Amino acid sequence: MNRALKEHTKELVKQNETGKGISEMAQRGKGNAKIKVKDLNLFYGEKQALFGVSLDINEKEVTALIGPSGCGKSTFLRTLNRMNDLIDSVKITGDIIINDENIYTSSDVIKLRTKVGMVFQKPNLFPMSIYDNVAYGPRGQGIKNKKELDKIVEESLRGAAIWDEVKDRLKTSALGLSGGQQQRVCIARAIAMKPDVILMDEPTSALDPISTLKVEELITQMKEDFTIVIVTHNMQQAARISDKTAFFLNGEVVEYDETDNIFSTPKDQRTEDYVTGRFG
Amino acid sequence: MSIPTENKQTENIGKANKRKYFLESVSSKLFMICALLSVITLVLIIGFVFYKGSHPFVVGGYSFIDFLFGTDWVPSEDKFGIFPMIIASIYATIGALIIGVPIGLFTAIFLAEIASTRVAKIISPAIQLLAGIPSVLYGVFGLAIIVPFLQNTFGLAKGQSLIAVILVLAIMMLPTIVTVAETAIRAVPQSYREGSLALGVSHIGTIFRVIVPAAKSGIMTAVVLGLGRAIGETMAVILVAGNSLIVPTSLTDSIRPLTTNIALEMGYAAGTHQEMLFATGIVLFSFILILNFVLAKISAKGGN
Amino acid sequence: MRDFKDNLLRGLLWLSAFLSVAVLLMIVGFIFYKGMGLISFEFIFGDYSPEGGGGIWPMIVTTVYTIVISLIIATPIGILAAVYLHEYAKQGRLVRIIRFATESLTGIPSIIYGLFGAVFFVTTLKLGMSIIAASLTLTIIVLPVIIRTTEESLKTVPASYREGSLALGNTKLQTLYKVILPSAMPGILSGIILSIGRIVGESAAIFLTAGTVAAMPESIFSSARTLTVHSYLVTQEAGDIELAAAVGIVLIVIILAINFSATYISKKLNKATNK
Repeated sequence: MNRALKEHTKELVKQNETGKGISEMAQRGKGNAKIKVKDLNLFYGEKQALFGVSLDINEKEVTALIGPSGCGKSTFLRTLNRMNDLIDSVKITGDIIINDENIYTSSDVIKLRTKVGMVFQKPNLFPMSIYDNVAYGPRGQGIKNKKELDKIVEESLRGAAIWDEVKDRLKTSALGLSGGQQQRVCIARAIAMKPDVILMDEPTSALDPISTLKVEELITQMKEDFTIVIVTHNMQQAARISDKTAFFLNGEVVEYDETDNIFSTPKDQRTEDYVTGRFG
Repeated sequence: MSIPTENKQTENIGKANKRKYFLESVSSKLFMICALLSVITLVLIIGFVFYKGSHPFVVGGYSFIDFLFGTDWVPSEDKFGIFPMIIASIYATIGALIIGVPIGLFTAIFLAEIASTRVAKIISPAIQLLAGIPSVLYGVFGLAIIVPFLQNTFGLAKGQSLIAVILVLAIMMLPTIVTVAETAIRAVPQSYREGSLALGVSHIGTIFRVIVPAAKSGIMTAVVLGLGRAIGETMAVILVAGNSLIVPTSLTDSIRPLTTNIALEMGYAAGTHQEMLFATGIVLFSFILILNFVLAKISAKGGN
Repeated sequence: MRDFKDNLLRGLLWLSAFLSVAVLLMIVGFIFYKGMGLISFEFIFGDYSPEGGGGIWPMIVTTVYTIVISLIIATPIGILAAVYLHEYAKQGRLVRIIRFATESLTGIPSIIYGLFGAVFFVTTLKLGMSIIAASLTLTIIVLPVIIRTTEESLKTVPASYREGSLALGNTKLQTLYKVILPSAMPGILSGIILSIGRIVGESAAIFLTAGTVAAMPESIFSSARTLTVHSYLVTQEAGDIELAAAVGIVLIVIILAINFSATYISKKLNKATNK
């Protein structure tokens, strides 16, 4: 049915052959399908934006979604934490299973969003202090203990590699930071929820090259702990940081494979045209 | 870097979320009720006024035509004709528009286009403040200054008159018209001005041929708001109208517009008399609806 | 010829502006000139006496009562209604109906509100001519003002704040009181202040619902007069222009204070959120 699953089974078989049990494999995490999407269709009113998208996203890997503007990659990303719920006219069919739970039949969207964090295209910190921004999510979950919050804020800011830059000004407005710093605080804010999955919607598109590099470095570090799905316009970025890449075109997944394969030996002509810059 | 996931915390979230969803649905319902309250009050107001006001005609056997076109209002003799008041209200409103709109509009143009920034920065906020002054004070001013002035200048027996009402209402609508129209004129893109000036049209020509037409919808809003203030005004009008129950034939006649009729008699009216005051309210209400409708039509036509 | 027309129009523009400013200055000047003589500590804080020479403290207290009571009711309802319209409702028929109702309420002249209040609150609900009946009537008058200004300021809150908060697993309600309402606060406050202006300036609706008793109100169920009604009555009944003007000074000072505090508060809040 799809390559990822085959790959996955193959690996499992291989692992079994080499004597490692499936349970051990699951504990280690890496390589397991964390998110399973089956035959996902999405409509904005009458207009269909996603057509039968099926793909499995592996745990503790970076999966990049690439494709030309309007191809549905951001829309797809937003189905993973149900941000599309905010739009009245959106209708969805198909299944998305995260942690063995179908997120569209389960009604606990709050729990989903605490487990699936998101970083947006433009840094969208609230008009509060840096500390309050990072503590915002945990506070929303009812954590009030000052010590605990302090710990979470520090860990998260360290996790987003920005602790040293902001530790002396935690109580000042977050909006005074540079764009790159703001985006890393946004990542810290997402980390503070201790999610399993972090979705990133073109997180570097509003940043200068140096800030972009810092964020990319951060992302590669973060996959130790998180499953990351990133939408990007920048193909070099996808090639640099992702393990797997899905190429979207007109609301369909044209090709989904190891990133190296997508960029060196794409199977589909359209993928090749896109990654070699012939269109898009 | 490692952030362990705490399973205990996850469980607590699950429990806490139930409460959150409950609060979520309760609050959204509460918000909806609040929003519906404005619909409910509107229905209540219209319902009450129309129910009360239509009662004499539906049940009491009074003729609505006689009510509208009758010239005698003598509650003690069971005579309820509001024709003089309708005419008085129409004249007073139109008169106030004729004086207030051009002056207000021209002042707005002056402030937005001609006056230096420094002058405009002093005058505009001052005029804005005047829009907030209680209308009763305009009436007090009218009674103390305009009425004696008219009396002396034209040798009238009584200065309280149609023209006094017109002047007070015109003055009262000025701040509203100036403020709203100025905002509309300032919102016209600079490129319009430059385009017209670059074609060799004079500054004044540009103002009247390009800028004012471009700001038309905002200017219409200004007029509608000013009109709303004038037509609904009651207490200030009582002070300068004179309250005579005649169909006005000249500017110096003393008048009683619809609003003042309600305010003056509501205090002691009962039974059919009170219901007739509600009927007066219905007429006033319809009057405002029609005027708004007509103005909307005019501005729509101008738009084509 | 064109020069002549231009000059004529230019002249008219200057003349109109001069007339507007002159007449408005005259009104304020007149009120201060006529009323200043009466202004004293005793006048403002003294009890009213029907024989004349007394103060206007009861009217000030009544005015404050009407402001406080109507705002206590109208502010939460108005804000929550605006929140519903802007944040919760699906844009459809129901919202259109609510918007239409709110706009229509804005256009109704206050004397009609007075009529309604006199029958509904005073008679039907048996509140009698009282401060509470007037305040409830005023609540309906200012409700659309608060709804509209709140909605306008909700529009200025960036959508990214909402997304950011929801994506962190916060509910709409949490998002609302933690991020959205604080960001919209300056606009909401200016709406409330506008409403105070409207309440202070209102006369006809209060006249028909609170009555005219010129004494210190014993409770909110007593009949009483506000400053504007007092100003009207002393002119209408006694022709006492000086007294009316003196009350006018107090009113104008209140309006000025309201406006300045509005500007001050919104500046301060803007600074606090964007520093």
